[in-house]
Parts: sequence; structure tokens; C-alpha cells
Amino acid sequence: MCLAIPMRVTRVEGDPDDFTISQVATVDADGISKEVRLDIVDHWPNVGDYVIVHAGFAIHTLVEEEAKKNIALLKELADSMPQELLT
Amino acid sequence: MKYLDEYRDSSLARPLVEALKTSVTKPLRIMEVCGSHTMAIFRNGIRSILPRGMELISGPGCPVCVTSSAHMDAFISMADEPGVRLAIFGDLFRVPGSNGSLAEASSRGAKVNIVYSPMDGLEIARKNPDEHVVFLGVGFETTTPTIAATILAAKNQQITNFTVFSTQKTMLPPMRALLDDPNLKIDGLICPGHVSSIIGSSVWEPLADEYGLACVVGGFETADLLKSLILLARQVGEGRPRVENVYPRAVSPEGNLRARQMVEEIFEPADMEWRGLGILPGSGLKIRDKYCEFDAESRFDIRLQAVEEPKGCKCGEILKGICSPRECPLFDSRCTPANPIGPCMVSSEGTCAAYYKYGRE
Amino acid sequence: MSEKTILLDHGSGGLASQKLISDLFLKHLDNPILRSLEDSAILENQPGRLAFTTDSYVVDPIFFPGGDIGKLAVHGTINDLAMRGAKPLCLSLGLILEEGFSLNDLELIIVSISKACNEADVPVVTGDTKVVPRGKGDKIFINTSGIGFVATDISISSQHAKEGDKVILSGTMGDHGITIMTRQAGISVQGNLQSDTMPLHRLVEKLLKELPRDVHTLRDPTRGGVASTLNEIAENSGLCIELSDEALPVRPEVAAACELLGLEPLYLANEGKCLAIVSPEKAEQALEIMHGTPEGADAVIIGTLTATGSSRVIINTPVGGTRVVSPLHGEPLPRIC
Repeated sequence: MCLAIPMRVTRVEGDPDDFTISQVATVDADGISKEVRLDIVDHWPNVGDYVIVHAGFAIHTLVEEEAKKNIALLKELADSMPQELLT
Repeated sequence: MKYLDEYRDSSLARPLVEALKTSVTKPLRIMEVCGSHTMAIFRNGIRSILPRGMELISGPGCPVCVTSSAHMDAFISMADEPGVRLAIFGDLFRVPGSNGSLAEASSRGAKVNIVYSPMDGLEIARKNPDEHVVFLGVGFETTTPTIAATILAAKNQQITNFTVFSTQKTMLPPMRALLDDPNLKIDGLICPGHVSSIIGSSVWEPLADEYGLACVVGGFETADLLKSLILLARQVGEGRPRVENVYPRAVSPEGNLRARQMVEEIFEPADMEWRGLGILPGSGLKIRDKYCEFDAESRFDIRLQAVEEPKGCKCGEILKGICSPRECPLFDSRCTPANPIGPCMVSSEGTCAAYYKYGRE
Repeated sequence: MSEKTILLDHGSGGLASQKLISDLFLKHLDNPILRSLEDSAILENQPGRLAFTTDSYVVDPIFFPGGDIGKLAVHGTINDLAMRGAKPLCLSLGLILEEGFSLNDLELIIVSISKACNEADVPVVTGDTKVVPRGKGDKIFINTSGIGFVATDISISSQHAKEGDKVILSGTMGDHGITIMTRQAGISVQGNLQSDTMPLHRLVEKLLKELPRDVHTLRDPTRGGVASTLNEIAENSGLCIELSDEALPVRPEVAAACELLGLEPLYLANEGKCLAIVSPEKAEQALEIMHGTPEGADAVIIGTLTATGSSRVIINTPVGGTRVVSPLHGEPLPRIC
């Protein structure tokens, strides 16, 4: 119901505790970029971090370790299938 | 794209399909509650490879589809107000009310801008001080904080020609209403991924505890979806329903506190009408009195008119997961994406539209 | 001094109109047939079979990365001729201008038309201009019609698609559609997005010179995208078109913009791509010919025509499943849900 995609932060502007000045980041992915708001992001991102973007707002800063663990677990599950079943 | 492509890799997907086959040990019905899950499942062709015994049904997680006809009519009459410009998400444009859609209102001369973000709506208001811009707030927990932040930005920037018409909704009340319905038999739930980014994966625990429902918070890519189904099948097989999170890269147990505080500041719970489910107490969010200058409903004195749903349309039952689109007499005959009768056919993530687009026999 | 604009007088047929013709249109589009300024162009001594087509262009914005409305109007009509195997001969140019439209912008567009015509070697031989009162149009609308010739041994039609034929797409999907969409107010996305507008008649000429009998169908997937055009071919041939999800070519930046806005490249407009339905024996050769042209450098085989089920398009997905690809219903809109 809520389209959101991960994009890489290339610029951060503002202060996480001051809502009276604009809290924005520039994010990019594969050659496109967009300015997004940081007003509601859970953890203030650094340049180079990935954030999940929904409707022009970053809603979550990805934790690299979680993402690595996430894909490792998926690969583990995939690898647990005996090869003969896959042919 | 990083964090998307690696989850779509067929070398990862194929073994997961096999793992899914071996995981289904008894018949089970799974509901995917989120419209984006419905779309992703169809786009990947996952329905066509489901193991025997596993059935997938779609729930009420398309915000456009559950927007009542009365609200659509109020949106359209708002569009016809002189001096008003609507800023909307593209999803809403073609949704029929009882008397036409916003697309038709636009063809009559109403000013309707499709925007990507509520902030774009605020920007239009800033650039057009002679007009009053109303943003139509439609969505669930993921979208609500973006609207709350926009209202706060409007206040900070002292923009006075911008209001929000809120029909924001929360997901737990309809899920409870569905689970209380004896007609609906489901064993497991793919919990909405991005809603859970905000509200946290732990909020689904009461559904597992009270209703014995297997719950997996799932992402939207091929491997995420397959793993969600595998874990649900295993939970049901083991008879040990609980909440598991296969989308930890976007979802934590506690969710996004900052976003929730923002919502709490601007909105308060209210009763809300859902298409197909009726009025569910406390399932909506209205703008607090403190911010009433940004509330279109109070500024324009909007009154909702009761509306009869179109005859024969089974969107209500489809949203409840009781009926499949193919069981609706209008589906693919009188009701098509080109000529939609019910909202499930209009929204591109609506169940009927997804069935029509990807799943026609 | 304020910028010069289009006046109602420019469409009056009087002196202001004549001045526009001589100072602008003839200046940039000059050729002996157009120069005669007669009521119609006469094309002498033309043998063979005529192809005749028309198309109107109303794009907003009128200038966009990779092109403008004028270039689009030349390429679009040339491509419509080429898709029937015709060698384009000449174009007409009809302009509907809104009172108040910038003369400077008009000149930019006419220069662009001139450049596109010269590069394609297809002249404008007749034209017309009308001006509508302010608010009754939107800056500029263009209609171009085109005439071309089809060699006697060429017969290209979507009805000629046969079971077993391969589907070749001459390059990446969605470049034009996403470029236009991301220029609209409220949806802006920055990046290397660029329209793919280009003429395809030379690519088609090379293809048909080598493979006059084996290219069965040619279509340019403009509005409605590859999905809608393939559905038309499936409908006309009565066959099923099976695509491979992983073969579908999309530039990474287009794919990323589509992810962001909730769009599918299959449904986005292309202005410089063609779909070729080619006999299976010659498909690889056709692909090689395309790869030897600048227009078809990224060409790929994306699918096969089969008799399994009729008149529909399906995609084989990476999980080993299938899904049906419907034609487009209504303009694609960005979504957040």
C-alpha cells in the first residue's frame, strides 16, 4: 500500500532537533536524484547512508549490518535446498 | 538498484520457490494485506507457482480502494469549489464516486494537480497565493507522518492557503474487524512492510496471540515475498503462530518513534468509514483542533453524504478477502480498468485491477 | 523591450502571416516545392505504392531533454511511415499557435524541425499555420503528415506475424515517457533522463534490404508503450506473445525513476524504438543488422510468438512463473501506494 524504495544520501541539510529550519537530503539511485525531507526519518542519516523514501520523505535509515544479515539469511535459506531439486 | 536488485535475483528466487514447495505441509490461506504486496506478487508471477494447498487472498490494504464513496464525492465537490486547487496522489485521479471521478471534474475545469509528495502540494500553495490548495490525504501509517510533517511545515512557513482533507486510516482496526468475521478464514498474514517501518513489527503480536494468526512482516521484492510465504507455511505447519520479520532492513520491532511523535502532534484518532467494512471506531485520523486552520473539513464545512455502493459491485467482500474478483459478476464484463465501477478496479494496486492486469485467464 | 509573441494577426492570412512564412518557415525549411507556396505540393513522376500517414503532437513541456515538440513531430511521422516498410519522401507541417506564444520559442522549434528534416533527409513540402486566441490552445500544437514509398516486394503488417517468430526490441524502454513525466510540476526527478526521439527509417531500410521476406511486422511502441503495442500485435495475429522478464531492456536511471514513481517501463512511451517481428531463422541476423546501426545498438530479442492461448501477451518471470501483460488503460500516473 505504500510504495517506498531505498536511495543513497549524497547531501544532508538541517538539524535533527530543529524543525523550524528545513531538514532535507539529496538522495540518488542509478543516475537519478531527488530532494527528500528528513522531518520524519527515524535515525538522522549521514552522507553515504541509504534511506527508504516514501512520498518525498525519508522514513527509515538502513542499517548496513541488518541489510547484510538480511541477504545472508535469504542466501542461506536458498542454499539449504538440495541441488537436485533445482535442476 | 542497491537493496532492490539483489533481492530480485533469479538464482536466489528459484531455490526459494523449491523451499516454499517443501514448506507447505497442510492447506493454508494467507492474506496479503498490503496493495503493494498484491501488485508485487502478481508482477513476479508468484500466484502461478504457489504450491498446492496454499491460497493467497488480498486484504484491505489499498488506501484508495477503502476510501468510501462519500469521501470521493466530498473530494469531487471540493474540486468544484471556486478558487480551490486540489493536490492529489495519482492513485486517486480515476477513482469513481457516486457521480464521476476527479478526472471528470478536471475535464469540467476543476483544478487538480497530481503530486508525488504532500510537500509538493504545499509548494503549489506557496507559488499560488491567490488560490486555496487542498491536499487530499489518503493513506495508512506510512503516509500519515509525511502529511503531518507537511502541516507542520505549512505552519512554520506561515502558509495560510493550504489545507488537508484527511481520510488517513490505521491498519489494526480493520484487521481486527476481519479476524472477528466468522466468514473469513485465514491462517496467516503477510504484514505490510512499510506500514511496519513506522509502527514497528511488534504491533502485530496481539493478532498472533489472540487470533492464533501466523504473521510475517514482508518486504516487496521477489526473495522477500517468497521467504514470507515460506515462514508462514512453516509457522502454520508447526502450529506455532508468532510474528517474524523478514524485512529487517526497513522494519524494527519498535518502528519509527520520530514519525509517530509527529503524527501524534498533528492528528487524533477518529471514527472512519471504510469502503466494504463500514464505520470502524478509532480507525481514522483527524487533524487536532490546535491545527484546525489546516483542516479542510473544518475550513470548508464539509458534510459527508451517505452514498449507496454501486449495484452488483463486490468490492466490499473482495476487500474483506471473502470473495475473489473472479467471483464478482461485474469483473471483466461491465467493470474493467477502462470503465471501473468499484474502487478495487481503479487503483492500480487494487485487487481487481491487479487480477485484471496480471492474472486474467 | 518585451519578448515578441504570436498575435492573432499571424494567423490572419494577411501580411503578418506572409512575414512569418518568409522570415521563419522559408528561412529554415526552404526547398523548391515548399518555396512555390502553392495551395498544394505536387510530387512529380512518382512510381510505386504510396504510404500516407498523419499524427498530431501536443506534448507538455514543449522543450525537454533530448528534444522538443518539433523534433518529435518530424521523427514520429517518419517512423510511422517506416513501420510499414516505406521510404519516407516528404512531410507536411501544420501549426496551431496560441496567441501570445513566444516567437523566440517558435523559431527554436522551427530550427529544430529543420535540423531533424535535414538529418533524416525528408523535407517539409507544404504547411499551414493558424493562431487561436489566448487560452484556447496551449502554446503550440503540431500536425505532420507524411508520404513514403513502399517497394513492391515489401509487405509489413501486424497481421503477418507468425507462430515461432521472434520479437526484437531495437533498444531500451520508457526513455521518452519517463523524461516527459518527470518534467511535470510536482513530480520532478533530476538525472540523466533523456527522450529517445530519433528517426528509424534508415534502420528499417537496412533491415529490409537484407531481409525483405523475414521481417513480418514492424511497430513503434509510442504511447501505451511496448505492452500496448505487443497486445495489438497479439490481437491482430491471433497469437500469444511470450516475453522474458529478464530480457526486457531498461536503462538503470529509467528503472530507478520508475521504482520511485510506481511506474512500469513496459507502459511508457518511446519515440525512437521499434518492435520487429522476425522469422526465427533470421532473428539473429536481424539483430546483428540492428546492432550495426546507431539506432539499434541496444537491440535485444525479448520474446517469441507462440500458439499457447491466443491474442495475449505473457511474461515469464524470474521465479519461473508467468503473468499476463494487459494493454494500457488511460495515461500512466505516478502513484505512492
